[in-house]
Amino acid sequence: MFEASRLECVRGDSRLFSDVGFLLEPGGLLHVKGPNGSGKSSLLRMLCGLILPESGEIKWNNVNIRHSEDYNQSLTYLGHLNGIKDELSGIENLRINCGLAGFDISEEQAYDALERMGLEGREHLPVSVLSQGQRRRVMLARLLVARTPLWILDEPIVALDTDAIGMIRSLFELHLDEGGMLILTTHQEMEIAAKTIQEVRLNS
Amino acid sequence: MKILAWVVKRDLLLAMRRKSDVLTTLFFFVIMASLFPLGVGPEPQLLKQMGPGVVWVAALLASMLSLGRLFSADYADGTLEQMLLCPESLALIVLAKAAVHWITAELPLVAFAPLLGLQFGLSEQALWVLIASLLIGTPVLSLVGSIGASLTLGLRGGGVLVSLLVLPLYIPTLIFGAGAVDASTSGLGAQGHLSILGALLVLSLLATPKAAAAALRISLE
Repeated sequence: MFEASRLECVRGDSRLFSDVGFLLEPGGLLHVKGPNGSGKSSLLRMLCGLILPESGEIKWNNVNIRHSEDYNQSLTYLGHLNGIKDELSGIENLRINCGLAGFDISEEQAYDALERMGLEGREHLPVSVLSQGQRRRVMLARLLVARTPLWILDEPIVALDTDAIGMIRSLFELHLDEGGMLILTTHQEMEIAAKTIQEVRLNS
Repeated sequence: MKILAWVVKRDLLLAMRRKSDVLTTLFFFVIMASLFPLGVGPEPQLLKQMGPGVVWVAALLASMLSLGRLFSADYADGTLEQMLLCPESLALIVLAKAAVHWITAELPLVAFAPLLGLQFGLSEQALWVLIASLLIGTPVLSLVGSIGASLTLGLRGGGVLVSLLVLPLYIPTLIFGAGAVDASTSGLGAQGHLSILGALLVLSLLATPKAAAAALRISLE
């Protein structure tokens, strides 16, 4: 169970949002919406623990995330930045990113995940020769192997083509169906089937 | 522990793919130390006396030159964010990254230092002391430098600021590092100086990773 109450975010002199709260249960989807600059990314970073809230509390299984011991192991956060290295191949990037997140995957698993992401034949190329959308796919391949219950995704489908978006949507639905939780922002319309769907709307 | 192994493996792999970075630091070190004899003239006694100091200052500046690489690439592409969110303590990750920085940026300098020492006419005994002082002293440079690198992340002109922040903190290492060689050639024995360098190393091993981790958290807010 993931719970946030009365969150307030202040960046510099301006207050981005205040009194934001929600309760997310297994199988639940939370859509964060709002115009550019309304603080969507800041809210997601706050939920990860990268930004301290000005006031309010974020709890994972009834423990504040700052004191929770298993929160980081339960969370997969993918932000604006891809977090992949140009010099390394898709396989190396994926294995390293999983390793840094605390779970090791074999070369075969990485191979398989990239193939399912539609990168067949490009697994061993340095990422620098891939297109923007293909890099995004390398990054999102982590979701195929991650076994974390909470996903926080910031604009995950940016730069993806329709095939990839369809594939990502079914991945989300599978995750929610298995009792996972998903928090995401996106400007594209995306119909995702879930047990409970909530929306947080931020206004600038 | 597994996560730290991944950090080390990844940074070493990246250094292998970007060999030019490693070589730039090394060439800077060699060229800088070689310029001094050309500037001050070929007086053997003078060179012998200056040698250890020049090699140490060159090592200091060369190590600083590579500090920018410690976190900035990971910051720019978002990997640092992921490291903050991973289940391992951030201070240990900083320690692992500083260790790889030492291996890739400073160990090559230590390997080349005897050649430069010969160029200054240092005796065999002085060369051994020089190597020992560099081996103990250069990890301190990486560790202290990690604080400067993390404090200036994402700032414009961060490179200049790093030198202003870090160079004053390098002074004790420089004094005892170069002093060790002088003490040994003048017959006092280098043990005292090397012990103090060792103490500096222990101190920075204990204190700097936590400080740099705190600075990273602030930089990424």
